[in-house]
Amino acid sequence: MQSGKIKEIWKLLDSVPDPEIPVISVVELGVVRNISFTNNAYQILITPTYSGCPAVKTFIDDIKSCLKTNKIFNFDIKIIYAPAWTTDWMSVETKEKLRKYGISPPSNKVVCPQCNSSNTVLVSEFGATACKSFHKCSECLEPFEHFKCI
Amino acid sequence: MNNELLTYTLRIADNSLILGQRMSEWCSKGPTLEEDIALSNISLDLFGQANGFYSYASQLDGNKSPDDLAFLRNEREFFNQQIVELENIDFGNTIVRNFLYDSYNFLFYSSLKNSKDDTLSALASKSLKEVKYHLRHSKNWLIRLGDGTEFSKEKVQKSLESIWQYTHDMFSMDEIDNKMYRLNIGVNNSNLKVEWDRIINETLIEAKLVRPKDGYNAKGGKNGMHTEHLGFLLAEMQFLQRAYPNAKW
Ligand SMILES: [Zn+2]
Repeated sequence: MQSGKIKEIWKLLDSVPDPEIPVISVVELGVVRNISFTNNAYQILITPTYSGCPAVKTFIDDIKSCLKTNKIFNFDIKIIYAPAWTTDWMSVETKEKLRKYGISPPSNKVVCPQCNSSNTVLVSEFGATACKSFHKCSECLEPFEHFKCI
Repeated sequence: MNNELLTYTLRIADNSLILGQRMSEWCSKGPTLEEDIALSNISLDLFGQANGFYSYASQLDGNKSPDDLAFLRNEREFFNQQIVELENIDFGNTIVRNFLYDSYNFLFYSSLKNSKDDTLSALASKSLKEVKYHLRHSKNWLIRLGDGTEFSKEKVQKSLESIWQYTHDMFSMDEIDNKMYRLNIGVNNSNLKVEWDRIINETLIEAKLVRPKDGYNAKGGKNGMHTEHLGFLLAEMQFLQRAYPNAKW
């Protein structure tokens, strides 16, 4: 019975958007690591993208309110640090969502999300958030953000 | 053992918090918009890292919360290295300090990630990913400034000369460091020196800067001995919690 419920929780959390990149969910981002049932409560393990990511508190609050709205009250959310979050956890589909949204997805080769050219220059190692760097396309001249590979 | 592990963890947390606070001073004052954002992001990484280590220290302490540790300790109770508390002065000076420290910090976490202590090892692996970017940032800027104009070169060379005395203490080992190292929990700082020298020498050659001669050794940060700069930094950082205890927002 619990395993069905756990599946349902995964599905619910997959509807909670990343507060900064709303086209992907917290599950797609890879910050929800595990859901289990012990001590009469659902144990949800979360790992931050970057140590200082200011969105962590927001997505924990969003997860809580999503579960409560769906009448699930017996849960604990725990932050874990190992294994450290990596962009390798993002699926091909998630990366494609990022690209469509205008963010160059994590990859060793930085590609312009507008025209797919790899003829780009780095403007700054740090973009608007810690997880992104800032680039400019030398083909279409559009500036864009790249999700850093970590 | 627990007391020593607590002090050891606080040293790491304090280094991150104090440098993070210094970097936050650049917010809205960066030389360009991109740099403003870069330095603020570095600050956030460091605060996040500090929070992880303070949370562990708080568990070990059993009494104080992470916020208590950050906001309610006095100067002599902070165990950060003096190099991280030095004033920013100007952008070039900040870059020099960060480059010297980031190089050390990168090697320190590379070693700490093999710690037998699971929490320290996890926090180190996480921090290492971020510190790699910090080092790349400060290193690239040092090369640009050193190999830049006459003016920028002179400025960073001067900063290098004045900050050099604070680098020696990064490699010192005291009783606590030795004990943590023997237990395979902590890092042997003196072992990091060879690799640090290599990074520094290589980069200074590329930046066309001259490595300063070893001279005075400013030491004692890890035992609570600090420069006059730390008190002012704490006064600003801790003001709110001291003036309005338990204030939240
Ligand atoms: Zn383009």
